[in-house]
Amino acid sequence: MSRLENKFQELKNAGKKGLVIYITAGMPDAEATVRLVLEAEKAGADVIELGVPFSDPMADGPVIQAASYQAIQKGMTVKKVLEIVREIRKSSQIPLVAMGYVNNMLNYGFEKFTVDAREAGLDGFIIPDVPHEESGDMKKACAEQGLHLVEFVTPGTTDERISETCTTADGFIYCVSINGVTGVRKIDYGPINRVIEHVKNQTATPCAVGFGIGTPEAAVEAARQADAVIVGSAVVKRIMEGRTEEAMELIVSMRHALDEM
Amino acid sequence: MASKGRFGKYGGQYVPEIVMPVLNQLEEAYNRYKEDPDFLAELRKYYVEYAGRPTLLYYADKLTKHYGGAKIYLKREDLLHTGAHKINNALGQALLAKRMGKKRVIAETGAGQHGVATATVAALFGMECKIFMGAVDIERQKLNVFKMKLLGAEVVPVTTGTSTLKDATSEAIRYWAAHIDDTHYIIGSAVGPHPYPTMVRDFQSVIGREIREQIKEETGGRLDYLLACVGGGSNAIGTFYEFKDDAAVHKFGVEAAGRGSAIGDNAQTLSNPDSRPGVLHGAYSYLAQDEDGQVIEVYSISAGLDYPGVGPEHSMFHDQGVVKYVGINDQEALDAFQLLTKLEGIIPAVESSHALAYLDKLMPNTKKDEVVVVTLSGRGDKDVQQVARALGEEID
Repeated sequence: MSRLENKFQELKNAGKKGLVIYITAGMPDAEATVRLVLEAEKAGADVIELGVPFSDPMADGPVIQAASYQAIQKGMTVKKVLEIVREIRKSSQIPLVAMGYVNNMLNYGFEKFTVDAREAGLDGFIIPDVPHEESGDMKKACAEQGLHLVEFVTPGTTDERISETCTTADGFIYCVSINGVTGVRKIDYGPINRVIEHVKNQTATPCAVGFGIGTPEAAVEAARQADAVIVGSAVVKRIMEGRTEEAMELIVSMRHALDEM
Repeated sequence: MASKGRFGKYGGQYVPEIVMPVLNQLEEAYNRYKEDPDFLAELRKYYVEYAGRPTLLYYADKLTKHYGGAKIYLKREDLLHTGAHKINNALGQALLAKRMGKKRVIAETGAGQHGVATATVAALFGMECKIFMGAVDIERQKLNVFKMKLLGAEVVPVTTGTSTLKDATSEAIRYWAAHIDDTHYIIGSAVGPHPYPTMVRDFQSVIGREIREQIKEETGGRLDYLLACVGGGSNAIGTFYEFKDDAAVHKFGVEAAGRGSAIGDNAQTLSNPDSRPGVLHGAYSYLAQDEDGQVIEVYSISAGLDYPGVGPEHSMFHDQGVVKYVGINDQEALDAFQLLTKLEGIIPAVESSHALAYLDKLMPNTKKDEVVVVTLSGRGDKDVQQVARALGEEID
């Protein structure tokens, strides 16, 4: 079992909801990223989604766009993201998934990337611009290295697509809460909850809900059907504004709220 | 679920899952209507009665004499309503959007030509319209911004990334992802995820079909060279597609060589030996990118050519040698702009001037009984101010 599968099994056994925290690598710099990941783990994160900055992040809202842009300006690269992972692995076994866009990975050479990523200590990838149709070869390359390639469902995903996704999904399924991009806002979780119910009838792969979650209340709301919630922009915004303590306090308060469910 | 919309190894659908249902819906609608007699008749009606098709195939006698080689014909897309070939695609997609029951159309624009074409068809069909445009481009293209507003469109400034066309495109996709139920995204070039490259090509390939018919009248069908400029590549694919299997017709796609060969100084996606394939805006195709795979901001004097990607079918044609892709720099384009204006009394768009400028290199190797057609994709009124500046004249 991978670190990721172990973690979700532990959570399930303990009857707890998972908390996935997204952090853009290299924002504000590599050393800070290592520190922030370790602090987030202490604050209560179960899984870290490490953002690989891309020049044209199609699925991201203003906060993560700006973080990615600044990280690139400061010299963050795919190679350096892997160095960050190696650094984190010196002191932590928290599940780490790289969230990035396909072009950086194709440019690196996808198979080489999977080999180097496993060696560095990554557990999987989230690639938002690779839908099921395009994931075949990548899925294989990941599997050969024992890595997860996370798949997506959204409120608009058709039943047929849900079924296909459920047959191949591993690690966890990223359940996008709303039609749109990342960023904190008020969301009606009804539509994605109905999709999650459907997913759960077909697979034991855990479901994590992401997009829009910015408060402990929203985290609880989002976690009703799901096994975990994913929080990105709310944390990254505070980090970018130099309010890292508040970012960690937010994680702590979300942890508490989820544990009281 | 297998990958769709491949041109050789290029193309595909590299988009967030959110967009997949609406792409599938669009593909289904397009497949239904592309052979539907009612739809095609309606499109034809607007092409003829509104846009001004067929466009002339003009024999440029003085330009021919100037070079003293093959006969030169110009395919006059510049005479279309709104002044460029963009209206061919905008009309097709807006009609499709109407049939799909969408009440709003959105588009990205760089120079503003596609934005104006989209705002125009939105006005014509009574649809809401939002145009995404980089803040830098809004500043550079005030006239077109005002035109779009007059036409009833909302122009949304994009200030993310480099604040130019590629960022406007990403922002349009983001908006679309959040409004898929009532909105159709009219992509302006033969780029983007399937079915866009195919659909845009089909709407633009009226250019090549007309050339085929008209050249029959003019030369009995003799045609040796076809020239068109390539940014994303919609007028070029529209010109070449009809002739893709005619090996005797030598096809040249002319990219912008800008102000130099250094990275970021030109917009040569295919004709630059350092360029390699990657994924931008939903398709796998040749891409201007740095060594880490970040998309770079490209440069050309022509705002319509400075896109870092290119349509996936062009990438396939490039690999197969079906089309030869070449570069023309700013100065060569400016010279061609002035030459056509002085010799023929036709002011070409700076984009189209790149295709015209390639005549300088091509013509010495042609024979008098040969025939060349250059697609004049747009008119140059919009560029006059910028050309004046480049020539050191102040007319503001």
